[in-house]
Amino acid sequence: MTSPTPVLDVNDLAISYGDRIAVKGISFAAMPGKTIALIGESGSGKSTIAKAVIRLLPPSARIDRGSITLNGQSLLAASSRTLNTIRGRQIGFVPQDPGSSLDPRIPIGRQVGEILRLHTSEGRRERHDHVLALLEKVGLPDPGRCFSQFPHELSGGMKQRVLIAIAVALAPDLIIADEPTSALDATIQRQILDLLDSLREENGCSVLMITHDLAIARDRAHDVVVMQHGTAAERGLSDSLFSAPHSPYTRRLLRDSPAFHPRTPPVRKVAPAQVPALEVSNLTITHRTHGGRTSPTVRNVSFTVQPGTTHGIIGESGSGKTTILRCLMGLISPISGSVQIHGADAFGGRPGERGPFRSMQLVYQNPWSSLDPRLTVRRIIEEPLRNHFDENRSWRLQRIHTLLERVHLKPDILERYPSDISGGQCQRVALARALAAEPDILVLDEFVSALDVTVQARILELLTELQNDLGLTFVFVSHDLAVVRQISDTLSIIRHGQQEEYGRAESIFSNPASDYTRTLLQTIL
Amino acid sequence: MNVSHFPERRGLAGHFLVQVGRALLILWGAFTLTFTLLQMMPGDAVMIRFMDPELGLSSEQIKTMRVLYSGSSNPVFQYFHTLWQVLHGNFGYSVQLGVPVGKLLSTALPVTLRLAGVGFLLSLVWTLAVAVGASLLPMRALRQAVHALPGLWSAIPLYWSGILIIQVLSFRLHLLPVVGVGTWKGMLLPGLTVSLPVAAPQAKLLLQKIEETERLPFVMASRTRGASRVSVFFRHILPNSVIPSLTMAGLSLGELIAGAIVTETVFGLNGLGQMTRDAVSGQDVAVLQAVVLIGAAGFVGANLAVDLLIPLIDPTLRMAHRIGGGKSGS
Repeated sequence: MTSPTPVLDVNDLAISYGDRIAVKGISFAAMPGKTIALIGESGSGKSTIAKAVIRLLPPSARIDRGSITLNGQSLLAASSRTLNTIRGRQIGFVPQDPGSSLDPRIPIGRQVGEILRLHTSEGRRERHDHVLALLEKVGLPDPGRCFSQFPHELSGGMKQRVLIAIAVALAPDLIIADEPTSALDATIQRQILDLLDSLREENGCSVLMITHDLAIARDRAHDVVVMQHGTAAERGLSDSLFSAPHSPYTRRLLRDSPAFHPRTPPVRKVAPAQVPALEVSNLTITHRTHGGRTSPTVRNVSFTVQPGTTHGIIGESGSGKTTILRCLMGLISPISGSVQIHGADAFGGRPGERGPFRSMQLVYQNPWSSLDPRLTVRRIIEEPLRNHFDENRSWRLQRIHTLLERVHLKPDILERYPSDISGGQCQRVALARALAAEPDILVLDEFVSALDVTVQARILELLTELQNDLGLTFVFVSHDLAVVRQISDTLSIIRHGQQEEYGRAESIFSNPASDYTRTLLQTIL
Repeated sequence: MNVSHFPERRGLAGHFLVQVGRALLILWGAFTLTFTLLQMMPGDAVMIRFMDPELGLSSEQIKTMRVLYSGSSNPVFQYFHTLWQVLHGNFGYSVQLGVPVGKLLSTALPVTLRLAGVGFLLSLVWTLAVAVGASLLPMRALRQAVHALPGLWSAIPLYWSGILIIQVLSFRLHLLPVVGVGTWKGMLLPGLTVSLPVAAPQAKLLLQKIEETERLPFVMASRTRGASRVSVFFRHILPNSVIPSLTMAGLSLGELIAGAIVTETVFGLNGLGQMTRDAVSGQDVAVLQAVVLIGAAGFVGANLAVDLLIPLIDPTLRMAHRIGGGKSGS
């Protein structure tokens, strides 16, 4: 049997943005019926390659050398008119963020129909039937209803199915999937990847998958290219690459990835204190809609966190975990149940009174947007010091330096702005700012979700260190079971506003009680 | 103008009723406010017109005149009387000219409405032309030049651009005469003049919104399916960008009706602007009252039209009452 000709052949491709070289001579080939994954951390150049293949790089990017060949035709030499006939027809593209990749003001049916209108001569009636067939094919429950719905009426998973329907509409030879599931919940992720796999097998097309998720690459790809700083650190068949990685970078990635290298938190012997740091009992929170109706978003949630331990709250989007968190911070009041902070009733005082909440600090999810872009790092950390302590400037500066040391940042970062520093550094600054108020409970909302695995691992190490040194209590809210597993002593699993499971982390992992927990666990194994 | 408060459970008809009711309330407020202010003004039109010693009227006779013109000397009674009359389309008599205000309006209002209409339409044309030019012209330098146009327009004062337009188009190029032309053709030059400063903020807003929309993932997603730049612009970028400029356009239309005075002076048109000027100098209360009401009606009507139009353009607002039942899972 002769080896089949590749669908896509990329040879010695080099791309730069001005002076910055983003891709330095990458070569790979995508075979029919196979999935090839480009994996790497942010800035490794993997998305740039995806955009180069479909020839939609931003104007600031320049292709310096190399070739991109699709079915024997050079894409770099093609005119823009030719490219418009290739895009959609020969290359299907599944974008990263289903939430914003559909035009909000056009019904689903017409958006799927757009690709047929562009490339086929189908009439209105024909197109309508074709769209319905496509929606059915990607497993949407009610294609007829979906046809006339608008994007905001669909869940993230359904939107991604619609986008896949568009990508496969004309049975292209190549499907580029740019982080197709990174914006989706773990249980939905599986379904979407299964769908992509089955369509690939059915059409015999080739899939070029761009992902930062090593587990997805291992499970779904036949060939893997590991990207680092615009070069291929390693390439090979998925099976051999993950079982015996050669390059030090691949090994480090695997070591830092919680799915490959599960670390359980150091077993701590925390004697139950007289007074728990945080005690939540029968918390029920309702949400008032515009019509004046109330519907409970969180029902009967109870948990206790001992001082110096970490409680993980796990839930998918819409599960109510953010509502619980807002209540813990005193931003909304529960309709029943209580929150006790160090034994004091948090909602006992007059409304608006911070009281017991003073010992808690919240650290947000997105590294860049939670810091004011117009303030230097020094002023960001200084702000809570001004608000909480009536001391002079030299005292504050000294405190800032101590706090920086605590989060392992060098003083030269002080006069820089959030936009000039990395995501990991931003999270360290956010931690320093939270610590400035001298809290003993930190509430961390999806704290490491936006970070690359290697950075994530360092931040989690820092959290453990801070906890041990300062005796801090953490409430760690996340959708990512693999991450939560590494640092939590106790766990709550929230679904539809209710506690599916609560208990010590190791017992939940070794012996899950509910089906939902079992499904969740499967997604990380 | 707060579209985010689109009622959740009332539906389109309810939305319509609320908007219309709000508009009527604003008009009534405008009437009451002007009535009160005009009452508080020292002196009145009767005094200005008949106190002239040459007329030789006694103070007794003037008093009778005053009662004759304003109906009553009791301000509360006068208020309800005037309101009732206005509701029936009767704006009273002009003291200065001795003719019904309605009659004055019937000649002045069409002129102003025509001017405002032509100016408004032209401003929409400029706005759209700038948006298309700045996004789709072939060369980067050309696109940038078009991009800079609205800033230039807004910097030119109305009276100057008006005179310039007459100079160039009529006196030099003889394209259009200024006087002695048909009712609509005669509106082209003044319309052109008022359209530029009105188009400037609209165009700036549209350009800004287009830049934002261009960066959204669904625009790129459409390109990956083989849609050309032009097709993506008209199908996805433009429709998702027009709403802020439409809101702005609503405000401008009101301004065109209420603020036509400069253009009317420059082009010698006998519209509302002229009427307002004469009424102010003569303290002609009935005329002023009518002018303010018409100005308010212009603003309110234009904004009402925009508010009702926006849900038609943005289905996410139109559908707002349909969600709430929650999304279905995948």
